[in-house]
Amino acid sequence: MSKKAFISPYDHKAPEGAEGWKELYPYYMTFHDNLKENEESKFFYCDSQHWPNVFKPFDAMTVEFAVKCLSQYNTRQWLIPPANGIDFKIHNGYCYMSPVEVDPSLIADRVPQFMERAGYYFQNWDSLLENWHKKVKDVIDEMEAITFEPLPEVIDMQWVKDGIGLDPTYHMIQNYDKMIDLCYKFWMYHFEFLNLGYAAYLDFFGFCKQTFPGIPDLSVAKMVQGVEVDLFRPDEELQKLSRLAVKLGLNDVIKNNDIDKALEIMGNSSEGKEWIAAWEEAKYPWFNFTVGNGFYSSDKYWIDHLEIPFEYIKSYVERILKGETIERPTEKIAAERDRITEEYRDSLPDEDAKTAFDGKLGLARVVFPYVENHNFYIEHWSMCVFWRKMRELSAVFVEAGFFPEIEDMFYFRREEIQQLLFDYGRGWAMGVPSIGPDYLPTEIARRKKIIDALSTAPPEQAFNQPPAVVTEPFTIMLWGITSESVEGWLSSEETGNMLKGMAASPGKVEGRARIINSADELSLLEEGEILVTRVTSPSWAPVFGKIQATVTDIGGMMSHAAIVCREYDLPAVTGTGNASTKIKTGDMIRVDGGAGTVEIMSK
Amino acid sequence: MKHTLFFKEAKPEEYVLLGGKGSSLASMSAAGFPVPMGFSVTTHAYAKFLEEGQLLATILEKVSCIDCANTDELAANSKEIRQMILDKPLPSDVENEIKASYKKLCEKAGMPNDLPVAVRSSATAEDLPDASFAGQQDTYLWVVGEAEVLTNVRKCWASLFTARAINYRKNQKIDETELLMSVVVQKMVNARTAGVSMTMNPINGDRSKIVIDSSWGLGEAVVSGEVTPDNFLIDKIMLQIITSNIQEKNIEHVPDMANKCVVTREIEPERAKEPSLSDDEVIEICKISKIIEKHYKCPQDIEWAIDADLPAGENVTLLQSRPETVWSQKTIEKKKAVTGMEGIINTLMNPIGTKKS
Repeated sequence: MSKKAFISPYDHKAPEGAEGWKELYPYYMTFHDNLKENEESKFFYCDSQHWPNVFKPFDAMTVEFAVKCLSQYNTRQWLIPPANGIDFKIHNGYCYMSPVEVDPSLIADRVPQFMERAGYYFQNWDSLLENWHKKVKDVIDEMEAITFEPLPEVIDMQWVKDGIGLDPTYHMIQNYDKMIDLCYKFWMYHFEFLNLGYAAYLDFFGFCKQTFPGIPDLSVAKMVQGVEVDLFRPDEELQKLSRLAVKLGLNDVIKNNDIDKALEIMGNSSEGKEWIAAWEEAKYPWFNFTVGNGFYSSDKYWIDHLEIPFEYIKSYVERILKGETIERPTEKIAAERDRITEEYRDSLPDEDAKTAFDGKLGLARVVFPYVENHNFYIEHWSMCVFWRKMRELSAVFVEAGFFPEIEDMFYFRREEIQQLLFDYGRGWAMGVPSIGPDYLPTEIARRKKIIDALSTAPPEQAFNQPPAVVTEPFTIMLWGITSESVEGWLSSEETGNMLKGMAASPGKVEGRARIINSADELSLLEEGEILVTRVTSPSWAPVFGKIQATVTDIGGMMSHAAIVCREYDLPAVTGTGNASTKIKTGDMIRVDGGAGTVEIMSK
Repeated sequence: MKHTLFFKEAKPEEYVLLGGKGSSLASMSAAGFPVPMGFSVTTHAYAKFLEEGQLLATILEKVSCIDCANTDELAANSKEIRQMILDKPLPSDVENEIKASYKKLCEKAGMPNDLPVAVRSSATAEDLPDASFAGQQDTYLWVVGEAEVLTNVRKCWASLFTARAINYRKNQKIDETELLMSVVVQKMVNARTAGVSMTMNPINGDRSKIVIDSSWGLGEAVVSGEVTPDNFLIDKIMLQIITSNIQEKNIEHVPDMANKCVVTREIEPERAKEPSLSDDEVIEICKISKIIEKHYKCPQDIEWAIDADLPAGENVTLLQSRPETVWSQKTIEKKKAVTGMEGIINTLMNPIGTKKS
């Protein structure tokens, strides 16, 4: 018997030890008792694709900005006829999304407005996008220009002479506010093109589904996918550096040393210097690349952890020496894209259909590079700079004795940081100790305990009664949530050893599963294993050379895992719901990326 | 005047002498497709036979007299004509040439004098270059030895005049004077599995798909509809199986080597339920079907077999290919696609997944 509905969030209790968790998040992001009836009438699904882990209070800002900014474009800028924004809540530390439909009686009035507004962007896509790149670069430059330093013993003499009449706390508070402001800004930019990009993609997708009944989703993705993709540049840079190292005969220096030692040795030879110059050249901007997905303060970025790209280079060098090809097969991907496109086009019944096919595919190809590339510019590059500056601020607090670890600052909500800043500046001004160093460590310990307790329980897949049909287009496209997949979750106990997900990237393989819960565990992956995880990050690409396939719990055809696997020609099944808990490391599994199935063959 | 022509030797201008089936085999052989070797007894041979035996006038007279509504009369005349064809001696040059070609075929196959062959009729008429008259003519399987070959060639000729065929031509107003018959003599395939593939989806005319019907044994079980075959729907471009419906296939036609004939037998229950093709074989058949479609530049209806005597990877053999006729003549009912911004709105209003396809 399959269940009819998911549990209500009001019945879904927090794990023991997590009492008081709601105070860690803004009041408008949690479920309230007096709104129970209203909240229970909505269907929520967990977005563990973007936020697989429990939020520290500060990090909740990422979901807040992202989802709010996505929504503003649907609701207020484009007036997407059937879809408003996405409502969301944090419950027991995880975030849950609820798409907001438009009252059917209002849809017709929105159509002409949408035509005019979205039409303008589609018609001027390239020039507007060029401007977008400038705007984003400006934001990044503004963030890079901001610095956080401990308050000086006395105000600089020059300030006195210049009659400034302010103290450094003024700028410190202002800079913090400005960082939040810039983060908010680039999250708006993130969605400026994305929703329309998905809409155009969906239009071509729908046309193909209707014209070629039964066409694999993958065929559509393959016809649209890009060949030169900025998102893959970081990995390509590592491949180039690896080739260069082999060419210059630096194999042993790289293989036998850690990053610091290797750079030191290389500094003594002209070949080594040539390599170091190339390494420095590659860093900016391409090493602003996270091993996570950009949404957590704990994300590690290559540029701050150079040992990560260096280790990837080591393994690339070894593979080159074994005679393997490490590069993404771009020529093959391009040729395959052309072949597939031509053959589907040739299958069309008449000229009218060919014209429609060309028009829709053409638009999808115009918009798709943004869908792939924005991820580098926002989640990786912009967020890298943002988190670095926030850690710089936290280091100031650490030095002032507020708390011992840089990570500790993220146990406070973003508006609480302002209190910390005032506390710091106030003590400094009055010549008395700040209160923080006495008060905060206990509070941090209490909050850590709550977060740890919340982390012991995985999120629910969804809450409440699902709608008869899921109609919100972005929910379907981005999260892969369809009436069918939700139904599948409800009956998932009955599926036995067969897991069903999205056919994200074709190919059939059998192999040993390796469950990876975070980027730190990636080094456990052994040659020929199948990566099974809640969600992947594009920056995991360097390990894709040694695995056979990827399986994720959540994610649609357009999820990062799906895009990356297609680009790397690696079988993938995404959106299985619970593969990372159902499958255990060591299980033999059979992955069919074309059919979207994963079979557990033996435990 | 050539009375026999090996598939590989026939020149395109000679295809007219081979009938629909024969010319299809000749052109597939020429294109390098895995067709079992064989030769055609040309229409010249048939014409010469009629001429030397002075049969044509008699036949035409008998056929034109037949009152098709009178089934008894039709049956009697039909039988008489067929008996005439079976009784008349063959012109000696025709007979010698058929014998020589069969001998050559036996030698090529490494089975001197007793290579089992299929003998199939391949009719033609001037206005109907592919007068396949589906199911109207005979096929004789597992024929062994030159005497048997000669007898069955005659049987094929005679099969032009079954009551059913005569009746069909009357109804279709096909001119009897222009009717000719070629006969295909082809190495027998020891078919483990056989069936048909169509390079489009006949359900909806979608040309990005291939549909395969297959069952155990020789293809006759599928073609004649004696079993419900396994059915596969494949994406032609990605070569990916979209659906496979595996059926219970209760009987199969298989060669009885000892008795030199084909027998029909029940399939043991376990094997009846098994897929008659592996996934790899499905894909291999699709690959070949795609090449054939490209060669002929239109959707094809292809008969193939998996030869039990050949190793995996090269065991698909082609028996026949002809243009798909139903959808090619029909204009597909069109829902004109909405393009531009209206298309996008349409998509947003009716997202994928809300429609049952």
